[in-house]
Formats: sequence, C-alpha cells, structure tokens
Amino acid sequence: MASWGEASQSRLIGKRIARLSGKDKVTGKAKYTFDINRPEMLYGRILRSEVAHANVTDLDLTRAEALPGVKAVIPLIEVGRKLRYQGQEIAAVAAETDDIAKDALRLIYVELEELPFVVTEADAIAEGAPQIRDDWKGNQSNPGINEDGDVDAAFSEAAVTVEATYHTPVQTHVCLETHGHVVEWTDEQNLTVWASTQAVFGVRNDLARRFELPANQVRVITEHMGGGFGSKFNAGVEGLAAVRLSRMTERPIKLMLTRKAEHLVAGNRPSMTQHVKAGATRDGRLIAYDMRGYGTGGISSGAGFNAPYVYHVPNRRTERFNVAVNAGNQRAMRAPGHPQGAFAMDSLMDELAEKLGMNPLEFRRINDSSEVRQAQYTLGAQEIGWHRRNNVPGSGTGVKKRGMGVGSGLWGGGGGRGTQARVTINADGTVEAVTGTQDIGTGIRTVIAIIVAEELGLAPTDISVKVGDSGPGLPSGGSGGSQTTASVAPVIKTAAAAAKQKLFEHVAPLLQAPVDDLRIGTGKIYVASDRTKTVTWKQATGQLGQESISEGGNWDEELRQGGVAGTQFAEVEVDTQTGHVKVLKIVAVQDCGLAINRLTTESQINGGVIMGLGQALLEERIMDPQTGRMLNANLEDYKVPGTFEIPEIKSIVFDTHRKVTGVGEPPCIPTLGAIANAVHNAIGVRIRELPITPDKVLTALAEKKA
Amino acid sequence: MSDKEKEKKQETNISRRSFLKGVGTGTVAATVAPAILVGDAETAEAQTDGAVSTAKIQLNINEKLYEIEVEARTTLLTVLRDGIDTGGNNVDLTGAKLICDRGECGGCTVLVDGKVVYACMMLAMDTQGKQITTVEGIANGDDLHPVQEAFIKHDAMMCGFCTPGFIVSSVALLNENKKPTIAEIKDGLSGNTCRCGTYPFIFDAVETASEKM
Repeated sequence: MASWGEASQSRLIGKRIARLSGKDKVTGKAKYTFDINRPEMLYGRILRSEVAHANVTDLDLTRAEALPGVKAVIPLIEVGRKLRYQGQEIAAVAAETDDIAKDALRLIYVELEELPFVVTEADAIAEGAPQIRDDWKGNQSNPGINEDGDVDAAFSEAAVTVEATYHTPVQTHVCLETHGHVVEWTDEQNLTVWASTQAVFGVRNDLARRFELPANQVRVITEHMGGGFGSKFNAGVEGLAAVRLSRMTERPIKLMLTRKAEHLVAGNRPSMTQHVKAGATRDGRLIAYDMRGYGTGGISSGAGFNAPYVYHVPNRRTERFNVAVNAGNQRAMRAPGHPQGAFAMDSLMDELAEKLGMNPLEFRRINDSSEVRQAQYTLGAQEIGWHRRNNVPGSGTGVKKRGMGVGSGLWGGGGGRGTQARVTINADGTVEAVTGTQDIGTGIRTVIAIIVAEELGLAPTDISVKVGDSGPGLPSGGSGGSQTTASVAPVIKTAAAAAKQKLFEHVAPLLQAPVDDLRIGTGKIYVASDRTKTVTWKQATGQLGQESISEGGNWDEELRQGGVAGTQFAEVEVDTQTGHVKVLKIVAVQDCGLAINRLTTESQINGGVIMGLGQALLEERIMDPQTGRMLNANLEDYKVPGTFEIPEIKSIVFDTHRKVTGVGEPPCIPTLGAIANAVHNAIGVRIRELPITPDKVLTALAEKKA
Repeated sequence: MSDKEKEKKQETNISRRSFLKGVGTGTVAATVAPAILVGDAETAEAQTDGAVSTAKIQLNINEKLYEIEVEARTTLLTVLRDGIDTGGNNVDLTGAKLICDRGECGGCTVLVDGKVVYACMMLAMDTQGKQITTVEGIANGDDLHPVQEAFIKHDAMMCGFCTPGFIVSSVALLNENKKPTIAEIKDGLSGNTCRCGTYPFIFDAVETASEKM
C-alpha cells in the first residue's frame, strides 16, 4: 500500500524548505505574463462602459483606426445590444505603444441610451425597482428552500433564542497582476499564449475550442502568476480579444486589464445578507435554526454561502436566493461562501452563548462534532491566553479596550484525478519533473521537487521542475478548491517511485544484488542486506549510457484525503474614541493533512488570515446608487491590509494524518468571526455588518450609551 | 425612490450633460436620457495629431547608460519595462511592476540617487543625470544582497509580484536605519502592498537581514 511513510523517516517531507523560485523572485528575474516582451509586440487596451445600464445605439471605430500607430480596432459589443454594468467591454484596440492604445480608446465614438439601473441589493429588491434580468421575476432568483427536522417544535423547546441580521459586502480579488495575456500566432494554425491564469490547460482547451484549433496547437504558458484567488480560470473576454487582434495584425500582442477594470469585471466575492433566528437549550445544545438570506453576484447568480456552518443544528430551515444588480459578475473567491457564512454563524454562536451565560468556547465544544477542532480549541485557547478574556464583554477600563474572540472553519481539498506527470532521470544524474499544473504562488513547484528529491535521495534544488506549460502535453487541473497539491503529489510520487525502480534495474547488475534488495540513501544507492555495497547517484545514473529513464505516475487514493478543520482566536484593541480596531494577535490552528513543505504551508496560513482580516475590517466594494459606478475601483480607496494592519500571527500547522489534503483556502475562513467576536468582547456591542470600520464602532458605542 | 431623491438624481444627470457639452464633444443625445461619451475625442486628437514630440535622453540604470527616445509623458516605469533603446534593444527591466498605476502600492519601487521612488509617478525625463537602481541592480552579480537572501530563507513571498518592490524598499530602509524595530519596519514598508499576505515573513526577513548587514 502506498504511503508517505513515517515522519521520522522523512528527510525532506514536512520540513521547512525555501521555495525554488525564490532567487528569481527576489532578483526581479521571474517573468510573469505582464513581463513578457516579444519582438514586434503590440499593446492592447479595452474600452469599457462607464454606465451601469444602457442600449448601444451607435459605435464608430473609424477615427481610432486612423490614428497613427493603431494597428487594429475591434468591437466587443454590437449596436443594439445592452450594456449591463460599468466596465463591460465595448471595443478593443491594438497599437504600437500602450500610450497610443490609450489615445485610441478616446477616439472611439459610442452613443448610448441610458436605462434605469440598480447597483445595491436594497434598491434591487425594493418595490418598483427596474427589472434588470429578463429571465427572473423582479431582481430575485427563485429561492432554494431546505428543511430538516421540526423547526417550530424545536423553537418551542429552546430556552434562549437570538434573532439577528448579518451582512458582508462584496469583496474584490485584487490580484496584483491583473488578468491578461500575451498572444502570439507562430503561424496560422499555432497559437502561443502567456496567460495570467490558475488553469493552464483550462485556458488551452477554452481557446482551442473557440478558435477551432486542435488542442495541441495551442500552447499556454504561465511560468509565474501574480495572484488569482479564484478569479483566473478562463481566457475571458480580454483573452479572446487579444487572440483576435493578434490574428488580424499578425503581430504578438500584450493585453492586460487596468487596475480599475480588475475591480469592475474580473470577479468578486458576492455579498451576503442573512436574517437568522436560532435557539438553544439551557444546557447549551443548538437545536433550532431558521435563516432567510441572499447575496448579489452582480448581474449573474452564484451568491451562495454556507448557513448553518460548522456547528450541527438538528432542526433547520433555510431559504436563500440571488439578487441581481448592475455590476460585474462574481467569481469563485478563496473558499467561496465560507468566510461570509462563518462570520454570521460565529457571531450567532457568541450571541447565543452570551444569552445562556456560557463561555462561547464551551458552547462551541458542545455543538462541534469534529474531534480535530476540539483539539484545536484547546491548543488555540492556550496560545492566545483565553483565560485573559473579559468575562463580561466591554468590562475593560480605559479608552482602548481589549477583547478576544474565536471562529471556526472547514474545507474539503483532497485533490482529484486528471493529472499526468513525468519524472526523468538522465545519465548525467540530472532529474526533471514535468506536469501541467501551475504555481500560483502557493509553491507547488517546490512541493514537487521535495517529493521527487525525497524519493531519489537528492536535494530539492537538484530537481528541475517544469510546470505552467501545456507544451509537454501533460495535463493537470486548474488550481482551485485547495486541490492542487493533493491532485499533483500522488502522481509525482508514483512517477518518481517508478523512475527509481527503473534505475534500480540498471544498477542491480553493478551491485550484484537483486533489484528488490536495493535502497535509496542520500545521494547513493545501496544494498539493504549488505550496506557496504553502494554506488553514488552519479555512478548509478552513469549506467544509463545513452538512455534516459522517463516514467509517468498515477493517481493513488491512499496518498490523499479530503477534509480539513481550522479554528482561530483573535485579540483586538478597540479605541473607543476613534473607533479604530487594531488586531493584536491571531492564533490560527489549521489542519491540512500532510504538510509537504511546512514553510510554504505557514505562508498560506498567514496569507489566509490576512485576507480574512481585510474582509473583517477593511474591504468593501462601494457602489454609487446615483451614477451606478463603483466609487473605489483603485487601490487607494479599496483598502487591502498593509503593513500597519498586520498583527502578530501565530500560524500553527496542526498535524492530523499523513495524507495530502490542501490548505490554500481554509485559513481565510475563521478570521472574520474571531475578529468580530473579539470586538464585541472588547466593547460590549455587537457589529453585525462587515467591514468593522471606525464609523460603525462609534455608532454602535453611541447607541449603547443612548 | 422619493421625490426628493428623484430630483437629486435628475440634477446629477443635468450637470453631467452640461459637463459633456462643456468639453465640446460631438456626441448627440439620442433620447431623453443623456448619451454618454465614453471617450474624449478632441483631447486625444490634440495629443496625437501630427508629430508627437519626443526627445532622446540618456538614463543611468543599474550603472549602465541607456539612450532612449521618450515622449514628455513617458514615465520611468514605462522606460524600464517597455523601453527600447536607440540601438533597438529592449531595456527589459521588468522587475518593477505596474500594479495600482497611481503611487499607492509600491510595486514599481526603484531607487533614484539612493532614495525610494515610485517609478510609475516619475517622468523618465526627470531622471536624467541620476543614478537609477532597480531590483535587478540590487545583487552584486551572483552574490545576493542580505535582504534577498533573507527573503528566500523566510519565504517572504508567495506569488512574488510585489516582491521586487518590497526588496527595494527594504534595502532602502536598512540603508537608512541599520537596526529597525518592528514598528520602524512596518513604517518603512508601509508604501508597499502585498495581496497574498506575506507581511509577517517579510518583517522576519528584514530583521534577519539587518543582523547580517
């Protein structure tokens, strides 16, 4: 049976190992799609709607086409069609320089007939709101209703009930490298595309289908990628436009989104509003839950969230629906549906615990069936010093008040079939590992090197890892759902093991021992029954002569497992005069199965916590109901965490089993509830709407006084 | 919508229409609702009709002289990333990134005469006669700077897109303050933004580097 072996036997797996791309990244040599410069390359730009809803009545590209330096202009919408949100594409240009492309956009003549619009959920569901989707009744989708147990009976048995409304706004991904491509037709039938994507093969297949090319004649390359967080899986309108412009001009073209467009059209995390009522027994059993909620994913649907979450409620009724507004579509964003659901659920749990006069951690313990999280609660509470928490919320003295809170999360991961990989051992001792996954910053390149190096007795830096290229024809899935490591690792391991076996067959005659008596040591191969008989790695591979060993791997269920648990504790300090919330410390206890590289796993946990902190305290897409535009489509007014917001973060990789699961998404989930609960513990007032900005804190404090 | 709100909305529309008239666009309102001009044709024409005025300048980047033809509006960042010298070679110093395009995120941070500047906010012409150092010029050949070594050791990067900016800012910080406290590190790097959330390990890396310098 395949296994990753015991921790004590691992030389590399589970250790803290510096990422292989480190040197390229710190010297500026790492080439992202945005950095690709091709000979004779043109620059592309897209003209976008500045209005939220309009009919296109005229579109004239001729003046833009006539501008010196402009090589092609294409419409991206037909006259007579509707623009349905700010940022929607109207036309694209290709020009000799980016500045000329900018000029050309200003020469495009567009005539629009403005239509009534709605950009906020409240406006969209208000009576008399203009209907903005033809296929829905009003601006709401048909609700999905679920019921388990007997909710009404359970409420009549409940000793305490809480009724509250929780809200999280739309959050945007803010990928620092915007979406985009560099496109080059090498001839009429062969297309090479550098893509800023989480799915090299997904983009390849997408483009091949749309341009009716054989898949192996489209090559997609993503050597390095500047952040995706769930928003970069397809070629997108911009990618298709770039391919068309490149074909027309017979020149390579670079077309990257602007920062503004990135906010407007490149995806977002949908909002959530839930009206929830829940009840618990005197001894702290959560027994009744009734929730009606909605969110907006812009003009599209997909605004789901998890409710109830983590904690088991036997009797529950939920009704949820989507609200359409004239704004850019949602896309998957790091643990879709979970952080918002966790914020509401963890807030609700604390509100119930308070009514019961129970410690919120104790209340969770009673209602959480996960043994892993039970152990995490103990560890996390110790690390944060939970005993220091205010027994009575808001009871601290002074202007700056401190408090503590806890939140929880869960995720799947565990990978899936569909990855092909090849491990090659050459006669000169060099080793290559190739697969079509992509390193989106999570460090899969290094994970692959660690696995191969462990199997072959080498150092990770001895392994040449090639990912992010569809050229070799070894597909792997998109990097989503925290699935990359668990999908790739088993295939890489079995490929490396097969290559090792082949090498043993070549070396056995030299060592005069049977193949199954050979073992790998560090930098050598030896005979298990007579350890004096050894050959160095180089001597061994020298046996290959003119040959190379090249072996594929296979998916192995025994090497992976789905399901992770996590919990986080926050300590905050709230300035009751300014309303400013400062997070002092977060303890993140995160299970992720076998952490192949403990260092990059810790990075992922830090990153998740910080993104969760952003959602808790800073981030919000602000739409102007007057103009239908996003007011903060930049990095100045759309606040993401900066150095001053970063607390002390204790990231604890919580070992559970030695099968690979994945960790990209889960650490961003519990942070929101932990911070919100800590704020309540500090000031004794609950803020049920994120982000917790100073104005909300001051308003809540004023209402408490009054 | 209340009457007052309607009135307010109408006012906004009217003022926007007058504004469009004011800049003399050729757009015609097709219906009662105002037509919206997305581009601004005349301004563009004024900028681009006829010969675009350019000048040849010399820039000293990473101790190498480049002769480049630039427009007045060309930024230093454009030269570094997209510039072609008069010999037809790409400058191709793409370590500095354009991320926010408005001097907010620090992705394009470079040193000009030893001081940190945002290359997206600096005109190329204004950097003539000055020493420009990009992230590519921080290492001494193959010998990495202690800041670079420490970033690798501490995994002070994930996607790495912001990393060049952080490297340059960290070097500049340590040049001015050999032993910064954690608060001083946060202050010194406050002009740089990371979305992956690598900050804690960046702080660790700068501390380690400060011990090595």
